[in-house]
Amino acid sequence: MKSFKNIFDQYNWDDTLSSIFSKTEDDVVRALHKPKRNLEDFKALISPAAKPFLEQMASLSSQITKKRFGNTMQMYAPMYLSNECQNICTYCGFSITNKIPRRTLTNQEILKEVDFLKSKGYDHILLVTGEANKTVGTDYINNAIQLIQSKFANITIEVQPLDQPDYEILKESGLYAVLVYQETYHRQEYKKHHPKGKKSNFDYRLETPDRLGRAGIHKIGLGALFGLEDWRADSFFTALHLQYLQKTYWKTKYSISFPRLRPHSGGLEPKVAMTDSDLVQLICAYRLLDEDVELSISTRESEVFREHIINLGITSISAESKTNPGGYVVEPQSLEQFEISDERSTEEIVKMLKNKGLDVVWKDWAYNWQ
Amino acid sequence: MDTLKIADKEFSSRLFTGTGKFSSSQVMRDTLLTSESELITVALKRVDVHNENDDILTHLDHPRINLLPNTSGVRDAKEAVFAAQLAREALETNWIKLEVHPDPKYLLPDPIETLKAAEKLVKLGFVVMPYIHADPVLCKRLEEVGVQCVMPLGAPIGSNKGLKTLEFLEIIIDQSNVPVIVDAGIGSPSHAANAMEIGADAVLVNTAIAVSQQPVAMAEAFKMAVEAGRLAYNAKLAPVKQHAEASSPLTSFLTQG
Repeated sequence: MKSFKNIFDQYNWDDTLSSIFSKTEDDVVRALHKPKRNLEDFKALISPAAKPFLEQMASLSSQITKKRFGNTMQMYAPMYLSNECQNICTYCGFSITNKIPRRTLTNQEILKEVDFLKSKGYDHILLVTGEANKTVGTDYINNAIQLIQSKFANITIEVQPLDQPDYEILKESGLYAVLVYQETYHRQEYKKHHPKGKKSNFDYRLETPDRLGRAGIHKIGLGALFGLEDWRADSFFTALHLQYLQKTYWKTKYSISFPRLRPHSGGLEPKVAMTDSDLVQLICAYRLLDEDVELSISTRESEVFREHIINLGITSISAESKTNPGGYVVEPQSLEQFEISDERSTEEIVKMLKNKGLDVVWKDWAYNWQ
Repeated sequence: MDTLKIADKEFSSRLFTGTGKFSSSQVMRDTLLTSESELITVALKRVDVHNENDDILTHLDHPRINLLPNTSGVRDAKEAVFAAQLAREALETNWIKLEVHPDPKYLLPDPIETLKAAEKLVKLGFVVMPYIHADPVLCKRLEEVGVQCVMPLGAPIGSNKGLKTLEFLEIIIDQSNVPVIVDAGIGSPSHAANAMEIGADAVLVNTAIAVSQQPVAMAEAFKMAVEAGRLAYNAKLAPVKQHAEASSPLTSFLTQG
């Protein structure tokens, strides 16, 4: 079956990287002045040559975002269901090699966490698990979705890649979106960071969005974990992936996230650093490439950074997040997947957004249509 | 200004508006009241129909405002019909702005699913206002299944590009037996006035107002533009001339002794 792999295999990492680094200021200026931009323009906009044009990029990105999304910000909350995991991921606190207490929430515990999030106003929820197919497989996830479906307008999952029929089952139960990050598009580096477990299969992960598209999932979230490899090349491949998917699964919505490596238990230092300025540049470049893609920023990022970035292209954010199962009420002290950075309460974030002239959107879907 | 009748309602304002993209519900309310709009569309997916204190709905509570729920977000006829029924139950109106756009990028309407849904909804007793391409044949097909108006687009929604479909809008207006409301793409008051001058019965404007630096002032400007355009249409515009006409007509010799 045709998939993104057919396209991806035609590219070479090193050539892509040198093509990005060979972009000139002229290429950047040309890209900035075009009404519609392509992937070559995107390369220019994420290249070092674009650094002097950051202010101009930010201004354009801000205008385009406002036109398309208005003066609004979508709010969502992550809820970790389990930290059980059979994978080794060198950068992750849930990695099987980390000797931490493992926990998977029961129905009762899920509902307690849900009550807390509902009391804060959340209507869009992101369910997160590690990869432990026996205990936290499709059946467990499906049960969780059915359990909370009547309480949320919009349910997203970030779990291990599944087969197409599994996604079809979950969709039937009320699943709206799936986030699946490739982590890195560098095949060899990917192998180094995921030496064991199902996740070590690069191609199976790479083709996950294709399976999601075929299953008719409403929204697919893409991203790379910044720090593993060069962020510019990884972002180019993410954009390539995005454009392929948009043309192939044209009824599907897409979002991009920007996770940067954060400290965690058993921590890994980023191999390739990504500065705040780099991340601003990347967010604006995505917006200049694509007016419609949703751009999301989590509490991994700092208070100051988030306050400034929200007006430059971001369309959805989380607040007060916990990255441990039961973290909101059931067992706040359990070990987190990673430390969050912006620890402000939901109320504080809402106030900040209002002060910035943004209307907070809690609900933007109705689960019972599908 | 002459009133516009759709189904059983008469409107003295020919400016219809939307509720998306405002910086707060209060700004939305102030703006929409200034626009004097009497028909205001609201995305069903944005409102919490089980919550009496829903922020959007409470801010739209005003005797002049008629709510027009829309089905934005649905991808086919089946979902559209379900959403319309949900809206009817929750908002106690049988009016529905039918939007079926399976393509989330440009939000372009699916003509086939829209027609299917329209037919079904009319049978279920809805006042159906379909958002569609500026496709004259589709407009006639919709008219035949019993919609109460048609809402062709001027340009892709939210694009503010104006009446890119002008040639087709003129054909639609010429042929239509139901009111024609130009929806989507209107980016400035002059675009709205233009639509009214060519004989559109009303326009629907959202983004251009909501995203303006001063939404309230922009609402006022659109109100005036729509009124001006309608007055001009009723007053019959003088024909556009490519060149000056000879003051002594070429055929005057026929009547000269």
